[in-house]
This record gives sequence, C-alpha cells and structure tokens, in this order.
Amino acid sequence: MSEPQALLSIENVETYYGNIRALSGVTVHANPGEIVTLIGANGAGKSTLMMTIFGMPRARTGRIIFDGKDITKLPTHDIARLRIAQSPEGRRIFPRMTVQENLQMGASLDDLKYFDEDSRMVFDLFPRLKERINQRGGTLSGGEQQMLAIGRALMARPRLLLLDEPSLGLAPLIIKHIFEAIKELNKNTGLTVFLVEQNAFGALKLADRGYVMVNGIVKMSGSSADLLANPEVRAAYLEGGRH
Amino acid sequence: MVSEVQKNTSAILRVERLSMKFGGLIAINDLNFEAKRGAITALIGPNGAGKTTVFNCITGFYKPTEGMLTLTRQNGEEYLLERMADFVITKKAKVARTFQNIRLFSGLTVLENLLVAQHNPLMLSSGFTVLGLLGFPTYRKAAADAIEKARFWLEKINLVDRADDPAGDLPYGAQRRLEIARAMCTEPELLCLDEPAAGLNARESAELNKLLLDIRAETGTSILLIEHDMSVVMEISDHVVVLEYGTKISDGTPDMVKNDPKVIAAYLGVEDEEVVELIEQAEAAGVDDITAAVDLLSTEALHEIVEAHPEAEPVELIPAAAIAEVASSKARSARKPVAKKTQPTATAAAIKAGSTSNALAGPRGGKPDKLILIKGIGPVNERKLNEHGIFHFDQIAAWKKADVIAAETYLAFDGRIAREDWIAQAKKLAKESQVKPAPKKTGGAK
Repeated sequence: MSEPQALLSIENVETYYGNIRALSGVTVHANPGEIVTLIGANGAGKSTLMMTIFGMPRARTGRIIFDGKDITKLPTHDIARLRIAQSPEGRRIFPRMTVQENLQMGASLDDLKYFDEDSRMVFDLFPRLKERINQRGGTLSGGEQQMLAIGRALMARPRLLLLDEPSLGLAPLIIKHIFEAIKELNKNTGLTVFLVEQNAFGALKLADRGYVMVNGIVKMSGSSADLLANPEVRAAYLEGGRH
Repeated sequence: MVSEVQKNTSAILRVERLSMKFGGLIAINDLNFEAKRGAITALIGPNGAGKTTVFNCITGFYKPTEGMLTLTRQNGEEYLLERMADFVITKKAKVARTFQNIRLFSGLTVLENLLVAQHNPLMLSSGFTVLGLLGFPTYRKAAADAIEKARFWLEKINLVDRADDPAGDLPYGAQRRLEIARAMCTEPELLCLDEPAAGLNARESAELNKLLLDIRAETGTSILLIEHDMSVVMEISDHVVVLEYGTKISDGTPDMVKNDPKVIAAYLGVEDEEVVELIEQAEAAGVDDITAAVDLLSTEALHEIVEAHPEAEPVELIPAAAIAEVASSKARSARKPVAKKTQPTATAAAIKAGSTSNALAGPRGGKPDKLILIKGIGPVNERKLNEHGIFHFDQIAAWKKADVIAAETYLAFDGRIAREDWIAQAKKLAKESQVKPAPKKTGGAK
C-alpha cells in the first residue's frame, strides 16, 4: 500500500465464537506513525478484531503480521512483549491493586526502569490519577478507571497502541484531553495508534485513515477526510442526535 | 408535556444536605437538589465528581453519612430512602436503576432477565412457590401477564427476535437497552439511569433519546440520569444538575447550564459542534473537500477556538495551513506589538514608571483606539491608560498576568480587569477592527 512495510497488517482474518463467525475476511493495516481508526455499529466486530490481534480469541484463518513477524499463533504474553499495548473495552484494570501498582504492571516490561518518567507523563495527562495514587483501582469512579486503563497501556512504552473506546464514560473535557494527548504522542514519538471508537466524528478527526466495519466485514476504508465527507458514513455514524 | 399521568407536580425526589464520606474522602458534600415528577433530570459533572455515589445513596447501596432523601410517590406516600434497605426501596418506593458497567444476568436469556425483574409479583401470586407448583390459575395468569409485559418492553427496545438468546451475547448497545427494560419491568416511579448512552454511537443515542421520551410519555415515569453524552443530556432533559468534587456547581435548564462559565471550565470545554456546523455550512456551500471546508472556517470560529485554548495547539481540528494562518493573524494582532515594540518603550522617557510591558511611546499611526468601548473603561481611565502608553485594543488583549497587576495598580482597581474581562473584550474589539482576512461565512457560528 502507501508504505512498503506496514507495522501491523491483518490479512484475511476470520474469527469465530463457537460456530458464530464474528469476523469474515478482514484485511486491515496500520503504517508506522499512523493513527488508524475503526468505526462501526455496536456488535460489528470492532472489539473482536482488537482482541484477535492479541490472540484472544485466535484467528481461525488468515495472518496477523507485526513488524514483519507473524504473530497469529504467538501466545498473548509474547505479543504484549513486542510492545503492543491495549486499553481494553470495559476498563479491565486490576481492582485490588492501587493506582500506582496498576501503572507498575504496565511498566513491568522494562522492570520499572522508566517508571518515574512515564508515570509523570501519565499524571500530567490525568491529574486525577495522581490524587488517587494510593487508592485501589476498584474504588475509582468509572471514568477514573478508564483513565487508569489508558495510562497503564501508555506505561508499556508501546510501539502500537490499541485503544478500545477510550472515550467511554468520560467527561467531554477529558475526552478532548485524551484525543489531544494521543495526537501529541503520535507526533512526538511516532507512536502508531489503532483506535476503536463509537464517537466516530472525534475518531475520524483524529485519525489519518479509517475503516468502517459492518457485521464483521470491512465495508469501507479511506482517508479520514474522505470518510467524514462520505454521505453513507455520515448517515450511519455521524448524524442523528449530535446537533 | 405529560399532562394526565401526573397530577401531582411536586418533586418526586428531594435530596437535602446529602453528604457521603468514605473514611477521609468526601465523595458528596452537602448536596441539595430536586427531581420533579414526570421530568427528566440529568446529573452531570467531571469523572469522579460523585454522580454514581448519589445514585448509590438513592438506591440504598450506600447509607449516606448525612442528609435526607425524600421520595414522594404518586399516591402521596413519602419514603425516606436513607433509612430503607435497597430491596425495600425497589419494592415500596418504586425506584429502579441501571448500572454504569452493565450488570445483566448474562447467562440467562433476554426474556428471563425481564422475568426476574418481576420476581416480587410472581412470588406473591405463586404463594411463594407452593401455589405455582400446584398450577393454580392465579399463578398461571400472573405468569402469562409477566411474559406479556416482558414482550411489551422487548418490542419497545427492538429485541423480540433475540428473546431466547443469552443476554451476554447481545452487542453492547442492546445490553444497555435491555437493562433499561429490566428496570422498567419493576414498574418504577423513578428510573435512575447511570450513563445509558455510554458506548453508543450517534445514531444509537438518538434512538435512546426516543426510548426515554417514550417511557416518560407512556408511563409517566420520572427519570434521573447520569450521562456524559451531551446530545442526550441537552436534548431530552428538563433540568440539569452539575456536580464537581461532590458539590453542586450549577443547577437549571439545559440552556442555562450549557452556558454557565463554571460548567464550561470544569466539564464541557469548547464545543465541537461549532466546528461541525461550520463543516456542514461549507458543504452546503458546495465545498466537498474537507480541507477546503476547514480553510473556510479560518475566521471567527477558529479565532475563538484558538483564543479559548491559547496554550493548546488545535491540531486535531485544523490542518496545518489553517493553523499557520491563525498563527500569523494572531501574531499580527497580539505578538507583534509585544515583541517588537517593547524595546523602544524601554528607552522612551515619556512613559511613566509602573507601566505594563507592552506600553508604547505613542499611538501607532497617531490614531489611538477608542478604549472606552471596553466595558469598565471610562474617559478617566482611558486617559490614565494613554498616559501609561496603552492606546490599542491589541495591547490590552496581549496583557499577561503581571501586566494586569501593573495596570490595576495605576488605575487603582482591584481585580476589576479580570472581573470585567477586559482582555477578552479587547481581543474581540481588536479582531473587529482588523480587516477580515478570509471570505465571510453565511449564517455564522452560534
């Protein structure tokens, strides 16, 4: 495609839950330093694709290649070691660990070598987490848990960051901060971001390219500007209520 | 709107002096508000402000540290919720709720989830299982009614087709709707919804709006909701209460709250909609390329966005070309006088001591701006400002904190410059006095 070597390329992947096919023939790629977004209705298979990258569930057919290496059959923990970090849907933080410990889990790939530096960055982004540093994750409010999940993913110094609905349950102002921060990280460190969002307008504004998923199939793809201007996309995901 | 359903227009829920402390953490601090009967009341605020804690107090999950929660039912009965156990609140006070992270019985089918919600009436009519086992007709009728009611709600939420699927298999948006239906099956008078639109896309939240309005119109149920999706809050709620750090910071109609500076600062930030609108205008004007559309908006709206966040780079909204343009126009209006003209001022003897950093020896081009146009500046102050080398709006617009202090000292004002927001006024005037660089838009941003 546009770049000779994509950082992540997903080729013809099919994923099943039991006998139900959740993804059929999905081909998606992300070039180094790109922000790519995946939009689509609830139940279209966006989160499934995110999880498939991590091998839970495994792709039944097709290949997933990260930085030239086939990771389709790699165990999940080995995939994480390649510096792919994920902020999963539904804030899967460690509820009995404190905020600090949750962040340490994220930084464990480097034996906490960069913990101070990176946690400062996370606290700059989410000052709320600093106020709650010794509180257990499970006692945080919903939105704070979401911040923690994103913060933990960032602590891993990822090369590829997978964000599954980062804006879920967050105040409008915080969403803006997060989107700005993603853009900033992307610009400054060349971080590649793969973003799943319900807030399609915000996601397309942020991303370089986007894919539209319908019922487990990638139905459309293109530059964000094209998708934003596409009448079909607008009708399905951008309009209705947001005026 | 709803006239017959509720004759009793009083408050259904009165929250008075509610406080909730967890050890040393004050989650809610002396909160007072009312939810009107038959109205949709929204509770909004930054994350961790204590919104869900308020819900947990209302529904008996927590016992509040202090305060009174009075629920008045349609028939006039009053309940003090803080004294009741959670299951009694549902049963007697008729309060139902949904959860921020969905808590359906994911192993049960969709239909079963709705039947569980009707456990109380079913238990009664089955004589606590005995009559049910014996197959008494009263029980059979009750069971049929329960299924009928479940069907009614399944139709409302468009899930009849999936009635026999496990609830956990439904996509996220459908689970959210099912939670609302389950709550409605308990026939509540007050329905508490914790972020019902979280994880829904624009279209789905529009459908949710319709569902909630329908619920209110058809059953007269009062709704209290926590939500971050402003397209839901501002569109359907009659009344909005804003919390920050457990304290109420604003309370009123959606329009009032939306324009409350405190709410904007703490919660909303700058509205994206302004940009959306402009893009749409551009499209209407026949520009289908988004970049060109954004270029079109490089005038007022962009200035406003840039000025509201002087320190933030508006990269996500605006392509580089537009930024460059704003930056240059900003520099034209603000930076230049500060940066370039300060050196001559240092040597200019005409300027009094204690002047601001960007004082000028004389008005540029010999023509001072009419500073009295700024609210709060009269002729006397204008003269004083002129004496101190301030002749132009853009000079005031460029004032930093130290300059404001300096100016306040010689004007003998205390805090008035900030209070009357001279700087913003001056910015506006400075902009107006400038020649507009880009083509005019029609319609204008709101």
